[in-house]
Amino acid sequence: MALQEVFQEISAADFFYRNRDIAGFTNPTRAIYSTIRELVENSLDACETRQIPPDIYLRISHESGPTDGPGVYRIHIEDNGIGIPHDIIPSAFGQVLFGSKYKLRQTRGTFGLGGKMAILYGQITTHGFATIMSSTGPTKIHHYDLTIDIQKNKPVVLKHKTYSNENRWHGAAIEFSTEADYTRAMSKILDYLMETAIVAPYATITYVDPRGRLYRFDRGTTQMPKPPEETLPHPYGVDVETLKRLIDLTQERTLVGFMRTHFHRVGRTIATSFLEQVGLPARKNPKKLAPDEIVRLVNAMKSYKFLAPDASCLSPLGEELLEAGIKKELSPEFIAVYQRKPSAYSGFPFIVEVGVAYGGQIETGGGIKLFRFANKIPLLFDEASDVSWKVVNTEVDWRHYKVTPDMPIAVFVHICSTKVPYKTVGKEFIADRPDVEREVLNALREVARRLSLFLSKKIHIAHDKHRLDVFQKYLPKIASFSTKLARKAKQPDVSPLLRSVLKYEEDSEDEQEA
Amino acid sequence: MKKIVKTSKKPSRIEQKKQVVLGSLKSLGEQIYSQLSERQWPSVRMPSRSINNIRYDQKTRQYILGEQSVKRSARNIRHVRPLTQLVWTGSFVDELSREGKTSTLRDVFYSAQAYEMSFADQAESDDIITDLETIIGHSREDFNVFPEERSAIFGDLTIQYTVRGYEGKELNLASHPDGMMIGPALTNAEFAECKADKIIAIEKGGLFTRFIEERVHEKYKAILIHTAGQAPRATRSLIRRLNQELKLPCYIFCDADPWGMHIANVIISGSANAAHLRDLNTPDAKWCGVWASDIVDYKLPSDPLTDLDIKRLYELDKDPRYAGQLWKKEIQAFLKIKRKAEQEAFSRYGLAFIVDKYLPAKLKEMS
Repeated sequence: MALQEVFQEISAADFFYRNRDIAGFTNPTRAIYSTIRELVENSLDACETRQIPPDIYLRISHESGPTDGPGVYRIHIEDNGIGIPHDIIPSAFGQVLFGSKYKLRQTRGTFGLGGKMAILYGQITTHGFATIMSSTGPTKIHHYDLTIDIQKNKPVVLKHKTYSNENRWHGAAIEFSTEADYTRAMSKILDYLMETAIVAPYATITYVDPRGRLYRFDRGTTQMPKPPEETLPHPYGVDVETLKRLIDLTQERTLVGFMRTHFHRVGRTIATSFLEQVGLPARKNPKKLAPDEIVRLVNAMKSYKFLAPDASCLSPLGEELLEAGIKKELSPEFIAVYQRKPSAYSGFPFIVEVGVAYGGQIETGGGIKLFRFANKIPLLFDEASDVSWKVVNTEVDWRHYKVTPDMPIAVFVHICSTKVPYKTVGKEFIADRPDVEREVLNALREVARRLSLFLSKKIHIAHDKHRLDVFQKYLPKIASFSTKLARKAKQPDVSPLLRSVLKYEEDSEDEQEA
Repeated sequence: MKKIVKTSKKPSRIEQKKQVVLGSLKSLGEQIYSQLSERQWPSVRMPSRSINNIRYDQKTRQYILGEQSVKRSARNIRHVRPLTQLVWTGSFVDELSREGKTSTLRDVFYSAQAYEMSFADQAESDDIITDLETIIGHSREDFNVFPEERSAIFGDLTIQYTVRGYEGKELNLASHPDGMMIGPALTNAEFAECKADKIIAIEKGGLFTRFIEERVHEKYKAILIHTAGQAPRATRSLIRRLNQELKLPCYIFCDADPWGMHIANVIISGSANAAHLRDLNTPDAKWCGVWASDIVDYKLPSDPLTDLDIKRLYELDKDPRYAGQLWKKEIQAFLKIKRKAEQEAFSRYGLAFIVDKYLPAKLKEMS
């Protein structure tokens, strides 16, 4: 009897269950961190879409098991976002890969995967269900208790209730139990929340930890960044699978029309000239393309000189908000922020924003503290593999900017893109793509220049203060000893001389204010 | 017998010098005081003591400072502290001198701490004392700051104290067989009566005691001085006074090696470190031994010269203070025989030999 390989189709939920490492749920420490991160990011996205200043309430409480190792914790998160239409709540939370993020625009998550992974992980570790309450603002609040049928990739609704919504609340509240090693994850979770507060200064985040301690990150502004616009994919970033899906969806009957309708910055002229070069007839029905023609088309898209993507689909924080975030969490003595003009790598637009800060709550010693952000997400792991780390530590000559390792200095790098060039699926560090690296370096040089101006002034003032201290200490002594030695009765007045030293200092202070 | 005649109207030399020093200190105070009163940054100017400003003066037969000077101004952030220390030290020693008290370098270092301007270390405080010497033009002993080291004197010289509590009291320096310490009281004493006609300076304490026991002071009418190695400034100043005021010739006996030779030379020609000071050397004093040639002539027990000894001899050979014929001849002799000997080596011929045979022969040869 011949051996027969058994092929079995697995559901997306099953796939992620079997490969939970790739979504950041490697172990109970990492899992709780990823859970919090995914939930907070979904809440922020739900608010920013309609420029609602986010109010997020997060609570983690210990349910059972040890606290010095993996135990069971209950997670509760609430936001004031746009809410989820009640009819899609079950699929939105109970079906992996269902989500609003297939179009191209800058959002924190890419596939709408993380929140569901968090619930899935909670379900498989505690065999519990998740409770979701949401309203988009009208008269009803919907309450669902549900689990995910992993093999079928379908939600199983255990309970559906509605409550009246007199206050016209909109938002979502999610609660479920999950296995976690909170004690070991604690410092990363707190770092994550603080850095989120920097990169989302318009959000108020309240957190109650398992020991009942309250952490509150108040918003520093109600101004919000412009929400990202959805854009069509740029030809550079399209692969065979995406193209096939677009062909399935399209209403267009001709290739020219298809190119114009579904791709970013492609008009009639460009489409015609492009198809000519590929050698496909402009009037051909895209649904009749043979598989090898599809491959040819995709390959040609990578080499043809299309217009660079525009950055309207990006939602950078902006210099003002970045500054506000840094100021409110670290209250430094000095801040410089700078946003580069949009640029592109492999057809994906991106913008680099950087900041540098001195003093305040920034710790002294241990060199420059680096804060990394991608699409408004703080990146906390694998710092040394990140492009920003490489630029900060090996490419910028800080001594040139009067920076010494003992100074309390922090550097902030925010890269936003429709596709952040992460090196791995873990999404914790950004690849050193030459275009990205160049933008980060140029941006940092600009803020470093401003920092060096501040530092020279500071050194100057410290120097003057030292001078004045020395003169104030010794001149009166000279006066008193010389009076004694000359056998005089009245001591000469040294204040005019001291004033001339003081005057020097006041001059330099005026300079700084100007 | 030689009686030193004093007229009561004229102040003594010691008293005169004291007045000069006090006057210089006061004028330093007045200079700074008036600069401050005129709203100027106080400053002082003094001859530079840097090595390239030290030169040998043929006329005074000692090292002196050249034309270069340095200015220490309170306007300069690096100078304001040393200037303050200088003025403080001035007012401190002014008070000491007026109250007739003395102090040591160590005392000065500690006293400063009471004024919240302590010196970083002893070296810094010693430097400031040297600055003050340079500005005032007098040695620190003249403003009552004495070093710890002491040497001794013995002989038929009667001194009269000027220090507080002993004014007018007299003492014969032959009255104690161990000799008298050359301390502040003796340094500030007047010479009342002197029966000696020469000074014999001796490097080693053992030999000094031997000379007293063998009654050299009587046999040769000599004042004996124990230099205790390199002679302290107070001792050098005393030898000069005995030589200048009482016209006593001075004969110096040291070990037969480059170091002993240099002890004699510093008494005669002074040191580079004291180039800012005068009246510390005795140019007419004579180096009487022990010479390299004595090692040969008297067949003294000797040791080989070390590398360091030989290096020192070459240095001395280039030194302008060693320009004299005797110095040149003996340096060459040392380099030739490559041996050295201690003063005690004469004991080989019996304890009295050095006094009965060697000393008269040398004194005759040198006078």
